[in-house]
Amino acid sequence: MERNLMKGNEALAEAAIRAGCKCFFGYPITPQTELAAYMAKRMNKAGGVFLQAESEIAAINMVLGAASTGVRAMTSSSSPGISLKSEGISYIAGSDLPAVIINVQRGGPGLGGIQPSQADYWQATKALGHGDFHLLVYAPASVQEMVDMVVKAFDKADEYRMPAMILADGLLGQMMEPVSFPEISANPTDKSSWAADGHKGKREHHIVNSLYLKPDELEKSVADRFARYDAIKASETDAELYLTEDCDILLCAFGATARVVKSAVNEARAQGIKAGLFRPKTLWPFPEKELNEAAKSAKKLLSVEMSMGQMIDDIKLAINCSKPVEFYGRTGGVIPNPAEILAEIKKVGGAE
Amino acid sequence: MAVVFERPKSLLDVPTHYCPGCTHGIVHRLVAEVMDEMGIEGDTVGVCPVGCSVMAYDYFGCDMIEAPHGRAPAVATGVKRTNPDKFVFTYQGDGDLAAIGTAETVHAATRGENIVVIFINNTIYGMTGGQMAPTTLPGQVTQTTPFGRDPQLAGYPVRVCEMLSTLTGTAYAQRVAVDSVPHIREAKKAIRKAFETQKDKKGFSIVEVLSTCPTNWGLTPTEAIKRLQDEMIPYYPLGVYKDTTEEGNK
Amino acid sequence: MAATEIILAGFGGQGVLFAGKILAYCGLLDNKELSWLPSYGPEMRGGTANCSVCISDEPIGSPLVTTPDILIAMNQPSFDKFINDVKPGGKVFYDSTLIESDCSRTDIEIFAIPSTKLADENELKGGSNIVLLGKVIKETGIFTLDTMKKCIEKVVPPTKAQLIANNFKAIEIGMNN
Repeated sequence: MERNLMKGNEALAEAAIRAGCKCFFGYPITPQTELAAYMAKRMNKAGGVFLQAESEIAAINMVLGAASTGVRAMTSSSSPGISLKSEGISYIAGSDLPAVIINVQRGGPGLGGIQPSQADYWQATKALGHGDFHLLVYAPASVQEMVDMVVKAFDKADEYRMPAMILADGLLGQMMEPVSFPEISANPTDKSSWAADGHKGKREHHIVNSLYLKPDELEKSVADRFARYDAIKASETDAELYLTEDCDILLCAFGATARVVKSAVNEARAQGIKAGLFRPKTLWPFPEKELNEAAKSAKKLLSVEMSMGQMIDDIKLAINCSKPVEFYGRTGGVIPNPAEILAEIKKVGGAE
Repeated sequence: MAVVFERPKSLLDVPTHYCPGCTHGIVHRLVAEVMDEMGIEGDTVGVCPVGCSVMAYDYFGCDMIEAPHGRAPAVATGVKRTNPDKFVFTYQGDGDLAAIGTAETVHAATRGENIVVIFINNTIYGMTGGQMAPTTLPGQVTQTTPFGRDPQLAGYPVRVCEMLSTLTGTAYAQRVAVDSVPHIREAKKAIRKAFETQKDKKGFSIVEVLSTCPTNWGLTPTEAIKRLQDEMIPYYPLGVYKDTTEEGNK
Repeated sequence: MAATEIILAGFGGQGVLFAGKILAYCGLLDNKELSWLPSYGPEMRGGTANCSVCISDEPIGSPLVTTPDILIAMNQPSFDKFINDVKPGGKVFYDSTLIESDCSRTDIEIFAIPSTKLADENELKGGSNIVLLGKVIKETGIFTLDTMKKCIEKVVPPTKAQLIANNFKAIEIGMNN
């Protein structure tokens, strides 16, 4: 397959168009702006809609409107902008609409910084808006995975009628790597049973809505959604296990951080330390089964994140706190390097 | 026996939750009559706001979407841009359109989004129980202006049609009222014209409807109509504020 | 081959990121694993700009280069900032028209080339970055002249054929100085 050299942000956009995304609504923010610029150039030619909204809030609501009519819709932003979108994402989840949201994370809180970060893990996996709901959250670690996961996110969002997020970061968004585009077979999901696209006098009117004033009705709608979440937890987890079979110390990292950790694991192995890497590719649902498999021989776990430690809670829960879980992280846009991670491996006792 | 008056087909045969004397019912009917007359119910997608008309999706026969508070014009933009052959309208109150959703309203207008906005101005937040709206008149008593709206503290009411008519993207803006039969006929004409403007792909249309809220005003329905006539119309003059259609260019 | 890690740094507008892209494209043409990572943000606009390029036979770990095998410096602040980070045995290429070196390191090889002056003399305004690349491929052998020429043909739009010729000339000047 032909290898192209593309920035992560551009690859996300191209993959979305190839996955049948019919509209993109966005608002400029570093470090994801190339995505919107690419869409502006390509989307109309591809027969879709590109529109720069007046705000992140408007953009996510344009996605809500387009998705309500059954078309594949996407928006993208970076951390502060995702906070603004959280209202709309909650409504999209509550209305059982499929949509894809990209977060090319930067440092926070507040205006924070513009360098890469993973400090939106809690937001993405626990509380992207008010109410009982989840998003599918995919964590790519390469430009190629950004492509593959965007395609998957559209398919799964359709399949489960729920929003899906690509949780990337400024490093992945800005870097160029070789990337190939798989032959994407358009597999449109039939949305005619719920889409609000004009009934033509041939069916009952469709209502896209998240309002249930009667508590028992709202409870039932949430419970139905959570039954679907159970099915998703059982079938949609994904993780990479690297040198875990005999590891004494299991490093846990996702996204760009996992690349750096992998280098450190290789170096540790070269020095005789049995280190391994567990890399979740889905953050929600969290790959609990895969983590327990990876951690079988490990005496200790070490979570490495570009945050103050947000995934570590999920790790402890997944293994039921059966082993010590240590943490090493950099935040604010600082990218850890392999040497400091190797030093941490030695410090927490990987050498024993 | 000849039927001389009946429910429009586009208005579903269900009880509404509106208070006695509320004028939402009249405006719903006018919108439904226009859909019937133009034969577009099956090609129309309506967008409800948050406010008293939040459940209008149960009353209109066309496909309906419930938007977050203030975001109806953005939701409608998403619908219309991906379905340019459909008719799209929003139905919004004054808090929804002119407070929390001001940005969405102004930018949908300035982009010339080819949608219809039905704007119910009754100078109060109805659903939450009668607080100050952006259109609350100076001196008007509400839950959050218990001594009357004091412009020194709470600013002045927004005149939406006047504001939006300054924007190039606005194709048609008219303020009407539903206090009397002649005014109701005029309101119907305006709503029809807004949908015709969308059909002709002229751009953004808004019909502002001066309405009543007897419950939260603490008035009887007839007193409420009188207040609309005596206090609202002088502050919010009726009329066409912008008309870029052929008729308007004459 | 182990990963070759490269930092290119200079002022915004000197073509630092573009030169990095040329190296990355060369890696693509040679079927290597590679990554290109720019510095981004307000400093791009007229301040200092730099990018990290990794070329390897193995998948790239961190695309952020902190201890380069090769440093290509196009202004004094960049030279000063990165010179002590270069790995022992590494190679440094700098534009001696704009940079004065007071580096006393003996564990690295330093190549000074007046690339801005050479570009200007040959009516290749703005070609200083490519002159430096010519020197880099000659002294490191990381890519062949043939690969780099193919790469230039790929990244320069066909409508700007004169630019292709100019870039070829710039590479040759770099290789011969």
